[in-house]
Amino acid sequence: MKESTAAIANVATCAPRDQSRPDAVFKWLAAACALVVIVIMAGIFFELVRNSGMAFREFGFSFLTSDSWNPIAGEFGAASSIYGTLVSTGIAMIIAIPLSIIIAVYLVEVAHPKVSGLIGGAVELLAAVPSIIYGMWGLFVFAALMQTHVQPFLSRHLGALPLFQGPPMGIGVLTAGLILAFMVLPFITAITRDVLMMVPPVLKESAYGVGSTMWETVRFVSLKYGRRGIVGAVFLGFGRALGETMAVTFVIGNSHRISASLFSAGNTIASSLANEFNEASEPIYLSSLFALALVLFGITLVFQTIAHYWVARMQRLEAGDR
Amino acid sequence: MTATEERVFVKPPSEVAKQRRGEIEDASRLPVKVKIRSLNFYYGGQQALFNNSIDIPAFRVTAIIGPSGCGKSTHIRVYNRIFEIYRSHRAEGIVEIDGKNVLSPVTDLLKLRKKVGMIFQRPTPFPMSIYDNIAYGIKLHYRASRGEIADRVEDALKRGALWGEVKDKLSEPATALSGGQQQRLCIARAIAVEPELILMDEPCSAIDPVATSKIEDLIETLRDSYTVVLVPHNMQQAARVSDFTAFFYKGHIVEFGPTKKIFTNPDNKQTEDYITGRFG
Repeated sequence: MKESTAAIANVATCAPRDQSRPDAVFKWLAAACALVVIVIMAGIFFELVRNSGMAFREFGFSFLTSDSWNPIAGEFGAASSIYGTLVSTGIAMIIAIPLSIIIAVYLVEVAHPKVSGLIGGAVELLAAVPSIIYGMWGLFVFAALMQTHVQPFLSRHLGALPLFQGPPMGIGVLTAGLILAFMVLPFITAITRDVLMMVPPVLKESAYGVGSTMWETVRFVSLKYGRRGIVGAVFLGFGRALGETMAVTFVIGNSHRISASLFSAGNTIASSLANEFNEASEPIYLSSLFALALVLFGITLVFQTIAHYWVARMQRLEAGDR
Repeated sequence: MTATEERVFVKPPSEVAKQRRGEIEDASRLPVKVKIRSLNFYYGGQQALFNNSIDIPAFRVTAIIGPSGCGKSTHIRVYNRIFEIYRSHRAEGIVEIDGKNVLSPVTDLLKLRKKVGMIFQRPTPFPMSIYDNIAYGIKLHYRASRGEIADRVEDALKRGALWGEVKDKLSEPATALSGGQQQRLCIARAIAVEPELILMDEPCSAIDPVATSKIEDLIETLRDSYTVVLVPHNMQQAARVSDFTAFFYKGHIVEFGPTKKIFTNPDNKQTEDYITGRFG
C-alpha cells in the first residue's frame, strides 16, 4: 500500500516529455524516403532523353516508323523492335490470361485444399525462377520441342494463314511469346487466386442459393466481384512481359525484321538493348539504343496510365457514380 | 420516395392474416411444408444440431429463436443444403420438403435451391445492375425472351416492395442502393425464381429500424404466397411477424408452437426463462 502511493507521487513529479519532436523527424524522414522514388524516376527519364537526343535529331519521327536497323550504314529505326515487343507480349497475354484465370479458379473453387496448396506453392515457385533459367530452358528444350512438334503441327493445320508459314526454326517470335506466357502466368495466377479468395463467402452462398452451378457462380459473381483486382493482375503481367529481356533474347532470334510469320526470328526492344550495347561503337548507334530504351519507357508509361485509368473507372462504376 | 407511394406495392397485412395472428392455431392441423426428423449436423468433428424434429407449416411464418450459437442458422442452412459448399459440414437425418427428403443424394441441388430461396444476414447484391441482379436467377432457370424477363423482373421487384424506388434506375449498380433497399432486392431476387419456401437468416441485422419495418411489412405480405422460415434478429421481431416459433437451445429444439403461446404461456421452463430474459 505504501509503495504504490510512493510510485504515484513519483509519476506526478517527473518532467513531461515533448512528443512532437520525434514525430516531426519521422515526418521529414518519411517524405525524404518517398522522394527517392521521384528522383530515380526523373533521373532515368532525364538520362534517356539526353542520350537519345542525337538519334532523334538525326532520324526525327522516322526513327519510330522505319524498320531499317543497319549499324554499318548508320541507319536506325525502331519499328521492328516495337513490333516484336508488342507481338511477343500480345501472344503471351492471349495465352496467359485465360490460363491463369482458369488455374486460379481451380485452386480456389475446385481443388481439394491439399492439392490447391501444392499447386499454389508450385505457382509461387514458378514466379521465383530467374529469367535466365527460362531463357536457357527455352533455347535448349522448348525451342527444340517447338521445332520438331509444335511448329510442324501448326503449319500443317493452319499453314494457310500467313502467321504460321515458313520453315520451323524453333526459335522466333512465337517461341518468345510462349516463354513470356509461362513467365507472366504465375504472377497473374497468384494475384487472381488471392482476389478470388477475397470474395465474401456469403456472396458465393447467395449465388448458389438462387440455384447457380459452380461455373455460374464463378463466372457471373466471383470473377465479376474481383474484376478490378484481376485487371490489375493482368496489367502487372503485361508490364513484365513488355520489359522482359533475358529469356526473350535467348529465343527470339534477334533479327531486325518485321515478318508476318510468327515462326520467323524477330527482336524486342529489351532484347536489342541487351544484345547490342557491347557492339555500339559509333555515337549514333549508342544514341539510337538509348532512343529505343526511351520508346520502351514510353510504351510502359502509356499502358500503366491506361491501366490506372481503367481501374479507377471501374471503381467509379461500381460505386454507381457516373 | 414518400411513404404513400411506397404503400402502393407493400400490401397492408390482410384482415384474414391479422385475425389469424390473433388466434392460436394448432400446427398439427395445418399442411406441412417441411418435415424434419432426427436431424444431426456436424462441423467437422463437432456436432452442432442434435436430433432436431419439427414440422414447418405451409404458408405461415415460422421464427426460430434462441441464444446466439444455438444452431438457428445451422438449422435453416440444411433446408437448401447450402452448407454443402463447405467440405467439412455434414448433415444426417430426414428433411422432407413436400414429402421428398432433400438430404437424399439424388436430390437436384439446383432445383432445390430454386424452390428454397435464402436471404442472408448481410445484403448480398451481385456485382451487377439492379435489373441484372433479378434477371440473373430468371435466366438460370427459365428459357425466357427479353420481354418475359423484363416482366418477371418488374413483378419480382413489385413483390419485393422495391419497384417504386428503383424503376427509373434499373441499370445502375445494385451496390449503390442503401442497405435496406439491397436487402429487399435480395428478397426480390429470391422471389424471381418462384420459390415455395423462403429462408431468412437475420435479414434485418445489418439495416436500420426504418428499413427493418419495411422488410417486416414485406414478410407480412409474403406469407400469402410462400412459406417463410425466419431467424429474427431479436425476440420482438419474432413476436411481431411470426405465426409459429421454435425455441432452440444448444442445438436442440426445446419447444415449438404458436408464437403467441410461446411468448405468453410456454410449456417449457427453459423457454420461459429465455423469453423473460433470465438468460441468453
